[in-house]
Amino acid sequence: MRLLMNRLFLIFSTLAALVGLFFLAWILYTLCAKGIVGLNLDIFTKDLIDGGLRNVIVGQIMMSGVATIIGIPVGILAGIYLQEYGGNSKSTEFLRDLSDVMMSAPSIVVGTFVYAIVVVPTGHTSGWAGVLALFILMVPIIVRTTDDMLKLVPIELREAGIAIGASKYHVTMNIVVRYAKAGILTGILLAFARVVGETAPLIYTSGSSEFWSTDLTSTFPSLTVSIYNLATMPDDEMVQLGWTGAFLLTTMVLIINLLGRYASNKKRS
Amino acid sequence: MELIFRKIAQLSASLVFVILAATTIVLYISAKPAIEEFGAQFIFEERWGVEETIELSPSEQAAQDALKLESIESTGESSDGESFVEDDDDFIMDDEDDFITDDDDEEMGSGSQRTKVIYGALVPIVGTIFSTLIAMLFAIPIAMGIAVFLSEIAPGALAKPVGVAIELLASIPSIIYGMWGLFYFGPFIADLFGGNTVSLLVAGLVLGIMVIPFMAALSRDAISTVPDMLKESAYAMGATKLEVIKDVVFPYAKSGIIGSIILSFGRALGETMAVAFVIGGVYQFAGKVTDPTNSIPVVLANSFAESSGLSLSVLFYLALVLFVLSFVVIGVAKFYFLRKK
Repeated sequence: MRLLMNRLFLIFSTLAALVGLFFLAWILYTLCAKGIVGLNLDIFTKDLIDGGLRNVIVGQIMMSGVATIIGIPVGILAGIYLQEYGGNSKSTEFLRDLSDVMMSAPSIVVGTFVYAIVVVPTGHTSGWAGVLALFILMVPIIVRTTDDMLKLVPIELREAGIAIGASKYHVTMNIVVRYAKAGILTGILLAFARVVGETAPLIYTSGSSEFWSTDLTSTFPSLTVSIYNLATMPDDEMVQLGWTGAFLLTTMVLIINLLGRYASNKKRS
Repeated sequence: MELIFRKIAQLSASLVFVILAATTIVLYISAKPAIEEFGAQFIFEERWGVEETIELSPSEQAAQDALKLESIESTGESSDGESFVEDDDDFIMDDEDDFITDDDDEEMGSGSQRTKVIYGALVPIVGTIFSTLIAMLFAIPIAMGIAVFLSEIAPGALAKPVGVAIELLASIPSIIYGMWGLFYFGPFIADLFGGNTVSLLVAGLVLGIMVIPFMAALSRDAISTVPDMLKESAYAMGATKLEVIKDVVFPYAKSGIIGSIILSFGRALGETMAVAFVIGGVYQFAGKVTDPTNSIPVVLANSFAESSGLSLSVLFYLALVLFVLSFVVIGVAKFYFLRKK
């Protein structure tokens, strides 16, 4: 009886795993099957208005990129503060918890917040509003990984630095952060991968445009929002373009994730 | 230099707090007109964008509020679609009665009146909660199966690549899941259970599939913290794998596993894109699970652009409700289950 139950249980877990993996494989399969068909040179050389995706891909990367450039110093400094200066005091723990809460806050709520503080006063959607929304989403992720990575730095390294008379600032920047560099880089890449696929906070902050634009003060082209718009259109060609966009987006996200893993593995070995 | 650096770092850290506080405050201020207009009743009101004529004289208004409250209390929070429809009819009839008396009043030249558009969040709130519950019912057994399979059953050569694949899948943007749900999974479910290709059921299942990799990866991490020594001791006493997992692994990793479930719950609760494609977006309770309904994030995503004035404020109110809801879920996860690392 015990052995029978055991066998049943093992079969059940394996089956559950197979069912789960089946759905996930199904998603990837349709994505590739539908996405690769539409792949051609026009996608990368023409803008959305002419049936390509050039402007929206560039727009998406630009918004995520600018958000990352602003988010990196803020996130890393906050992480450093929590780990190196904050210690284990109540307020530090509180900030840490808040950062975690923010990390799992619904992204659409961040969108409504940015809409209220940027889009309503300026009266129109803009690239900067999108950047701000992505920035808010990404900072907690960088804070969390920086905090975790710095925690792994052996205390002896800090003590050695202090012992030879280096200031806390020097120890932190030249010893601690350098030691944890690979881990922090991974965190940044993962944060970038996360925001590059965000749609919900962009729908009414950046909007989406069909034309080429690098001007962040106006409505900005976005790949994810365009996918959403294209996929809900009745026109088959539009839907096809949406699938191609979805395929490219997923490929991009997966490659960045793999890069992040590679960066952290290299460090460990 | 030292001091400046420290100050800047501190400032960055406080920024997190500032943003969170600002979000709450801004949402509250933007939602204020709607909060004043509808009060807490907003949460229990099931109509959305329905015009209603109301009296402005305070005593009449109070009477009508009482009437509405009564109806709402009788409606309760049950998810039974049929009874809701009936209650809805009652509502309309009440309104008509009021309307007639209003007309009489006007003929007599007393009392002022105006039309007011009623917004209520009950449909999206119920839709959000139910789609999330369906997602959890579906995802928990499968995710646990995957986690146990990866950590206890599969040989190392298989567990590693599959584990990596699961983690990668957790990073796929949610819009992809939504799109797949709309074009492939929805029709598949409609063939299987009948009903629409967009429905509460499809939305819940797509959400479930979306959180499976996330939940499985977190649970596997929790399970892998169980010391081998404990497991080996149990095996040495002749325990089967099931007994080891049930009596040693799960109790040890319990808080981590529950935490992973709650975090997934929070993620599913606030998810927009995976649901937006497949829930249907109609302001109606789903009488059957195969009926379309609505959820808070989807309402926000779909109607923000074309709203202004009071209807915009209503959306901010809705966002605030969602924010508080997810805040509570994540708070519970953090403070009760993930406290000890």
